Amino acid sequence: MPELLKDYLPIVIFMGVCAAIGIALMASSFILAVRKPDPEKLSAYECGFAAFDDARMKFDVRFYLVSILFIIFDLEVAFLFPWAISLKEVGLLGFWSMMTFLGVLTIGFIYEWRKGALEWD
Amino acid sequence: MLEMLLTVGFIALQSVVLLVSLLILIAFLLLADRKVWAAVQMRRGPNVVGPYGLLQSFADLLKFVLKEAIIPDGANKGVFIIAPLVTCVLALAGWAVIPVSEGWAIADINVGILYLFAISSLGVYGVIMGGWASNSKYPFLSALRSAAQMVSYEVSIGFVIVTVLLCVGSLNLTDIVMAQESRGLANLLGVPWFTMLNWYFLPLLPMFVIFFISALAETNRPPFDLVEAESELVAGFMVEYSATPYLLFMLGEYVAIVTMCAMTTILFLGGWLPPADMVPFTWVPGIVWFLIKLCFVFFMFAMVKAIVPRYRYDQLMRLGWKVFLPISLFWVALTAGVLTAFGWAP
Repeated sequence: MPELLKDYLPIVIFMGVCAAIGIALMASSFILAVRKPDPEKLSAYECGFAAFDDARMKFDVRFYLVSILFIIFDLEVAFLFPWAISLKEVGLLGFWSMMTFLGVLTIGFIYEWRKGALEWD
Repeated sequence: MLEMLLTVGFIALQSVVLLVSLLILIAFLLLADRKVWAAVQMRRGPNVVGPYGLLQSFADLLKFVLKEAIIPDGANKGVFIIAPLVTCVLALAGWAVIPVSEGWAIADINVGILYLFAISSLGVYGVIMGGWASNSKYPFLSALRSAAQMVSYEVSIGFVIVTVLLCVGSLNLTDIVMAQESRGLANLLGVPWFTMLNWYFLPLLPMFVIFFISALAETNRPPFDLVEAESELVAGFMVEYSATPYLLFMLGEYVAIVTMCAMTTILFLGGWLPPADMVPFTWVPGIVWFLIKLCFVFFMFAMVKAIVPRYRYDQLMRLGWKVFLPISLFWVALTAGVLTAFGWAP
């Protein structure tokens, strides 16, 4: 068996077993429990009132902003992973290059902070 | 061919054994969570089903299974059903790489910590899908909040993991534990038998604290359970769910919490290593130490739930972006600087 498959086959099988357990749990209620749906049961919950308006409404742009910021910083973390485990191999040059990169990102971070992108009031 | 089939069968058997023991462990941890909460509030907690209420979680399971599963008319039925499955299966999938004792992992892959990080990040999909597919206002708002909260704290978790990796020099989870056995503070102080000092929670104490708090936020535990904030969003993105679909969400949440406890144990508390390299401690098998540490971290999770009041959403975002992110970013640079300056980099 090739090395890669040997390493990752167990994960695939494990996920398969997880999915089987999940589906079995999910299905058990649909099979075992009594089902008597009526319109009141099936309507969306809104504190006892009949639901009005569309539920998929406009929402605050800040949620969008947070996800953009997340992408930037998570990418940064992804860059840091390989650098972190080879700190010795990359030596001083590698260390200072990454510090420069982090410095640039810190400047960006300060900018977004000052612009108020992180404010929730 | 037969050999291949045998291998697959053996791995499947291992997986079933691990998952069943994990689910039983979670059943009792869930009870422990409720008992701790009750004890702090001077109540008794569940004490009717079985001796001291020990079988409460199993009674709950039976009740969930026998309830009617409701799929609202307005919901996107496919996504609505898949969402809890995604949450639960992804949370469980993380356990494929976690070594509970030396060599006791389903798959001891080279990029173990990266896999865990990726799988725990995907958990947000279940929340978003569930909240959106419900086509109802509370779940929708809650899903947005929850997604923003989870991604915010993931950034600092990422930085904390990077600091640990700097000290270890490997992405393999077994290597991360083994690195805490021989190198570290204990040798520096001249007490090599006191291996507890080698664990990363001491030299990286601020990161340990940040990781613990971020883990609370990442798994939507109190005091960061704004997703469920009963007083404003009723039950968050799970409002429209009932019976086993709801059970899968709850199970996924608790599995994620236990995964986070296991990650804390591996990254900072020396995994399955005994606290001192001496006779009575080394007799105890590694898995027992692992479970003791895991339960200890879970106990801290439960205590936080019991004694800390809930955060406000703006405070939560401020803590994540303006406090944890700068501190952890600074600590990455500091750790790398110290390791390079003293030539300690592995």
